[in-house]
Amino acid sequence: MKATVVVRPKQGILDPQGQAVGSSLRQLGFSVEEARVGRVVDLDVEASDATEARAEVERMCEQLLANPLIESYEIELADGAG
Amino acid sequence: MTSPQPRIGVLQFPGSNDDRDALWALSALDAEAILIWHTENELPDLDAVVLPGGFSYGDYLRCGAIARFSPAMAAVTEFAAEGGLVLGICNGFQILCEAGLLPGVLRRNESLSFVCRDVTLTVERTDTPFTNRCGEESQLSIPVKHGEGCWYADDDLYAKLEEQRQIVLRYAEPVNGSRNDVAGVINEQGNVFGLMPHPEHAVDPLLGSADGAFILSSLVESARERILASV
Repeated sequence: MKATVVVRPKQGILDPQGQAVGSSLRQLGFSVEEARVGRVVDLDVEASDATEARAEVERMCEQLLANPLIESYEIELADGAG
Repeated sequence: MTSPQPRIGVLQFPGSNDDRDALWALSALDAEAILIWHTENELPDLDAVVLPGGFSYGDYLRCGAIARFSPAMAAVTEFAAEGGLVLGICNGFQILCEAGLLPGVLRRNESLSFVCRDVTLTVERTDTPFTNRCGEESQLSIPVKHGEGCWYADDDLYAKLEEQRQIVLRYAEPVNGSRNDVAGVINEQGNVFGLMPHPEHAVDPLLGSADGAFILSSLVESARERILASV
């Protein structure tokens, strides 16, 4: 089952990379209030159903994909499962 | 009786690049330093462990995030739990934070620029096995070279660390955006220490400063004292 994990810098955490991107966009003439930069991880997970897949991906996030001190994550499962 | 020579293991990950400098510096300070490959499941008989600087596993995902799951790190975690002395330098500090052996996390420098220069450090504590050769309230000149050295802890964690005196080193002036200029922290038990500056690059005065020897000889001598105490 395909899953996508979006990892973001937590709200309130300074994101210098996002600030640099934001200021570059403003230099190009775009009116951007704020930009924050995260990371996307696409996964193909072996699981019998969406519940199992989600639980498995959540464990991956907790153990490796995100650092809970500074990052939050969201999991999306493909094929409308969730 | 001749003074025993402590045996210190320097871990070697794919992407470590200060492992041999650490080996040389520890040997120069009269330790028997040996390299330990990251796939080892068990550590040999050691008196201390050093996690060197570098870019373990290419810094993929987050610095230190992959290295913390290497077999040798499981052995280091066990070694630390039994009270063994563990020092993490730069990438080693990042690995110890990712592994949860040290508090906080190291993030991209606030400037987004790699910083490579000598910095002045204030020693906040001289009663640790890693700083007990430093003079009271002393300042050290030791180089840094990192892109991700901005140490961060949230308000609650930071307050707790201050209260428990776990902040051991601070930059005398801002270097990378670290919270309250923290450059090195120790664990609650006082046997695991990590710092971003590189003491192993400042042991011979020919390289501009020998202040790094205050840190590394603290480790070597503390390890030696432990051997003598156990005899």
